[in-house]
Amino acid sequence: MEPFRRVAGIAAPLDRPNVDTDQIIPKQFLKRIERSGYGPFLFNDWRYHADGSENLEFELNRHPWRHAPVLLTGRNFGCGSSREHAAWALEDYGVRAVVAPSFGDIFHTNALKIGLLPVRIPEAVVARWIDLAIEEPGLEMVVDLEQGYVEFAGERQPIDIDEHTRARLLEGLDDIALSLQQSDVIAAFEAQRPRWLPQTSALR
Amino acid sequence: MPTTLFDKIWRSHVVHDDDGVVLLYIDLHLVHEVTSPQAFEALRLAGRRVRRPDLTVATMDHNVPTTDRSLPITDAVSRQQMETLTANCAEFGIACFGIGDPRNGIVHIIGPELGLSLPGMTMVCGDSHTSTHGAFGALAFGIGTSEVEHVLATQTLPQRVPRTMEVRVDGARGFGVTAKDLILGVIGAIGVDGATGHVIEYTGAAIRDLSMEGRMTVCNMSIEAGARAGLIAPDDTTIEYLGDRPAAPKGAAWDEAVAAWRELRSDDGAAYDRAVIFDAAEIAPQVTWGTNPAQVAPVTGAVPHPDQWENASDRAAVQRALDYMGLAPGVPLQEITIDRVFIGSCTNSRIEDLRAAADVVRGHRVAASVHAMVVPGSARVRRQAEAEGLHQVFLDAGFEWREPGCSMCLGMNPDVLAERERCASTSNRNFEGRQGKNGRTHLVSPPMAAAAAITGHLVDVRTLGASPVATGAV
Repeated sequence: MEPFRRVAGIAAPLDRPNVDTDQIIPKQFLKRIERSGYGPFLFNDWRYHADGSENLEFELNRHPWRHAPVLLTGRNFGCGSSREHAAWALEDYGVRAVVAPSFGDIFHTNALKIGLLPVRIPEAVVARWIDLAIEEPGLEMVVDLEQGYVEFAGERQPIDIDEHTRARLLEGLDDIALSLQQSDVIAAFEAQRPRWLPQTSALR
Repeated sequence: MPTTLFDKIWRSHVVHDDDGVVLLYIDLHLVHEVTSPQAFEALRLAGRRVRRPDLTVATMDHNVPTTDRSLPITDAVSRQQMETLTANCAEFGIACFGIGDPRNGIVHIIGPELGLSLPGMTMVCGDSHTSTHGAFGALAFGIGTSEVEHVLATQTLPQRVPRTMEVRVDGARGFGVTAKDLILGVIGAIGVDGATGHVIEYTGAAIRDLSMEGRMTVCNMSIEAGARAGLIAPDDTTIEYLGDRPAAPKGAAWDEAVAAWRELRSDDGAAYDRAVIFDAAEIAPQVTWGTNPAQVAPVTGAVPHPDQWENASDRAAVQRALDYMGLAPGVPLQEITIDRVFIGSCTNSRIEDLRAAADVVRGHRVAASVHAMVVPGSARVRRQAEAEGLHQVFLDAGFEWREPGCSMCLGMNPDVLAERERCASTSNRNFEGRQGKNGRTHLVSPPMAAAAAITGHLVDVRTLGASPVATGAV
């Protein structure tokens, strides 16, 4: 995983609550077995007309928000399906951080696993910032995980994140390698599991 | 101190606790073709193995065609994804139930019917509807592909403890009201993010009264309120359902298991972080009118007006939903005509769902303007329905009777809505484009979907007369 330390750049406003993962990456793109290359399909049904041309009404198709590194959006972003392809598509498109009042739980975890930073900011602040971003499209946002703040139009908000996750993101550490260090503890746990628990090998 | 059912399951699975980040042991990992290929590839690249293939099982469901299985799969990308799962399972020693296997079906249908989903377990799957298995008193939740890789490699997941929420449904369901209506009513009241960050425990007389099939429908849709998981404490209904399932324990192990399961309930006085209470008698058959499952109303109601919402952003979202759905405020829901009916999905494709729909359909014909299909949740459900003659009821009425799979719930296979087609669907999500680009979904129960198929419009199943639907089966 790429470390996340600090990002400064345009914040693209997407003023909608409950943006679900079916919108972020529609199902027809989940058939691929690759890990990369989902950026062109990000928000596909909102971004393109039926004939494949760009929908110029859609925020990310407008200057200067195209390929903005920060997405500023409504509550419950990433609700719905568990598809990590949603986080992969944002990452591949160039988004490094998503700022919203709240997130779907699974999307939130998926994003943190790949170094895409979801930042929770109070809803009233997000509403004000979205208005500002629309009024002054060139405004930059700073997302500084090292110092633990987000700053936009001179206003600072703290980044609410646990120390464990913050440290992992700053270092770009592999979660699995950390868990594998506990192999002996896992084996000890396994030795005392009840015998009635099912084994799939019995069905083969 | 009194503890909740959630606390008991959680504590018994803590492998290691690093200052609030818990390494949680996973008793069963369900795998399907869509969210696993990148996880297996990453394992290979890192030179890692699958720690417990014997606690892992795979099925193919999202991509599979539901038409004639003797024909080749024409979608090359779908075919490659299924072949990749077969190859990965062979390489890593995982049981895989592909197309044609008598145990094949939707991942959340086959776990319970094989007896793999048992009380007190922790279960995960790269699929948000993993919450289904909570009906058995298992802590079951959806994960992303990075976590799929983590579980494959370590059989554990690093987790922070979620909050708990009691959703109590008192009273008794009225005539024509199903488990689907209860959960849609709950989601409509608490909102599409009403349980984010929480594990729900469903309690109360109306929940206890549900069959295992009904409980699975309720827990399945926990994620539609944003919940991490949904739980129902095991009882006689649970134990009776599990009795002779293939992977359920046998002999002395069964007795030990039952003794453990009898202890699995929230203690009197156990505290939840939040609690909400509903009266089942006040919940009518439900229909969604918008583009998320909380945009729902009693079938006797009308399409709402955006002005009913206080906040400008919410008003805009409701207007956007109505525009997408092609609906005007104030239109009675029962006047909305439909083009398609889909009875299926991990929410409502179990045998009781099909029985309840067949009870409404029997002796009627699908309206000439409607294209209706029934997609059983698994090969086993399909066999059982055929043994009971249900397929003939559907075929005689003009429904298509399909092979099992996720099908039009998400339309990854060829089963999709055309642009602006309107569907009464027993599935779980009415998101924009979910069933096909610009397709319009109205979520309903199986009897309500059957009634809509017959009349050609959304309709209150309770007004259809001779229907014996709500005698308590679902």
